[in-house]
Amino acid sequence: MFGETIYLDNSAGTRLDEGVLEAMRPYLFDTYAVATSEFGYSMGIEAREALDRARASLAARLGAQAEEFIFTSGSTESSNMALKGVALALAEKKGKHLITSRLEDFPVLNTAAALGRQGFRVTLLEVDAEGLVDPEAVEKAIADDTILVSIQHANQEIGTVQDLESIARICREKGVLFHTDATHTYTRLPLDVSTLPVDMVTVSGHTIHGPKGVGGLYLRTGTPLGKWMDGGFQEFNHRAGVEDIPSAVGFAKAAELVTEEETERIRSLRDRLLDRALTEIPHTTLNGHRTRRLPQNANITFHYVEGESITLQLDMRGFAVSTGSACFSRSLEASHVIMGIGGDHERAHGSVRFSLGRYNTEVDVDGVVDAIAEVVRELRAISPLMPEEEKER
Amino acid sequence: MAFPYSDKVLEHFRNPRNVGKIDEPDGKSTEGSPACGDMVAVYIKVDEDTKVLEDVKFESYGCASNIATGSIITEMAKGKTLSDAKKITWKQASEELGGLPPLKAHCSVLAVEGLRAAIRDYEERHGLVEEREPTTVEVIKKRLRHVMNPLSGLDVVRTELIKDITFEDGVVHIVADLPPDHQFAAVIKADIAEKIEPLWDVNEVIIDFAE
Repeated sequence: MFGETIYLDNSAGTRLDEGVLEAMRPYLFDTYAVATSEFGYSMGIEAREALDRARASLAARLGAQAEEFIFTSGSTESSNMALKGVALALAEKKGKHLITSRLEDFPVLNTAAALGRQGFRVTLLEVDAEGLVDPEAVEKAIADDTILVSIQHANQEIGTVQDLESIARICREKGVLFHTDATHTYTRLPLDVSTLPVDMVTVSGHTIHGPKGVGGLYLRTGTPLGKWMDGGFQEFNHRAGVEDIPSAVGFAKAAELVTEEETERIRSLRDRLLDRALTEIPHTTLNGHRTRRLPQNANITFHYVEGESITLQLDMRGFAVSTGSACFSRSLEASHVIMGIGGDHERAHGSVRFSLGRYNTEVDVDGVVDAIAEVVRELRAISPLMPEEEKER
Repeated sequence: MAFPYSDKVLEHFRNPRNVGKIDEPDGKSTEGSPACGDMVAVYIKVDEDTKVLEDVKFESYGCASNIATGSIITEMAKGKTLSDAKKITWKQASEELGGLPPLKAHCSVLAVEGLRAAIRDYEERHGLVEEREPTTVEVIKKRLRHVMNPLSGLDVVRTELIKDITFEDGVVHIVADLPPDHQFAAVIKADIAEKIEPLWDVNEVIIDFAE
């Protein structure tokens, strides 16, 4: 039904790769036992081995040991586990202060807020106009009772890539745990925990053409983490619940399929999109950093028009994108990311995110730029804010 | 496939009627503000003898429901007398469109307010405002319902951002529940002043921010 749709919302979710489905299939129909049955029968042993292979492969992509990788149901659970786990483990021993930034995605932002309501002190760091957290601000914010710093690797909306190196070093020097949400960078940008002093990393399968509902948390050996979901002793006793082996295997396959060449191809498509849109369409603003940027992300404000109108008009022309406009969100709140980089409501109102993936081509990119140029021209023609002399009808 | 919008909303969104400006309009209005979200401008042409709306046009800086409501309401109002057009409610406009999602009420109500404000503008210019209503706290509150809280996109009364309103000797005193150094303090202050200052018996508007 959506075969003709040109999908440019790959940061929200991706089409599953056929190779991923093929890798998962045996664990749905043949080897369907769970890993905890390894001492009972041979199908359980096989299941356990498949889970271990997937774990080792996903961990290796981060430069980690297999036993440092915990499977979860996705980024939301991973970040909840990291923040709440550390809070549980260290509140009594060390303190109740957390540091994060205004631009974090909801799993971190709202988990921090929930802890805030339970008596934790949360410092929300400001960012600069391009979305960068100043490592010095992290250093200044660290107090004696700080138990965790959580700063994302790259932003979900504007794609700004943080200086993790500096932030991680500061945390290590100060003896504070450091977590990063790498949902949008895992396998797309290098992140090596054998050289980067990060203690926890959130990753997910849904952004890399893997299954939805599977993710992971890298947990450096020795990191104190309270268990907040009780049940069995799966995942090194960190995450109770039946292992989803087909999804774990699919996630590992999805990660394997992401190559540097592919990422470079996507990056050059993205550059083409940005270059064309910003030069050919008047009254536009790039949101985020030009170079410290997620390779698959473009985010542009088209002034004098509203984002939901743009996305609906694009949908009618067969393109799927997203916007930071308040009208688009369930909460009627404008994007906290665009507001966080010092944008006003007007900037959020007309912001559009394009996120590219494996199946996008140059034809898609040229098509969406042509389509959005037309849509924006039409909507500006009826906008009271567009200078009259520039309207084309 | 169930879109959150009716076919009629989508049709009016795609092909909005009566868009654009009217040269030398007899009445006009601008509702909403780019600082808070959607914005609508309405222009009217009125037959001076019959008081019938000869032409109604609108411009929108808004989402689909805002554009569709602007389109339908200009169609509904055209050919009606001012007093009949004033009575068109958001509910009627919404029904005419085959319904709007509740979440979108906020975006579409602006178009209805825009039409009423354009008619009021005409009436004020032509000395047709019969009896001037004295300002009361309730009148002020009603006007403040048009000031949007940028934090939520909802109005400042509904989101309980207004802590206190007093009106004495032509002076309106409003206390907003926001720290004075809040990022939206200036925007909200300007919006409130813009809505309250035009009231005929108001000489001064003082807006304070509570900690």
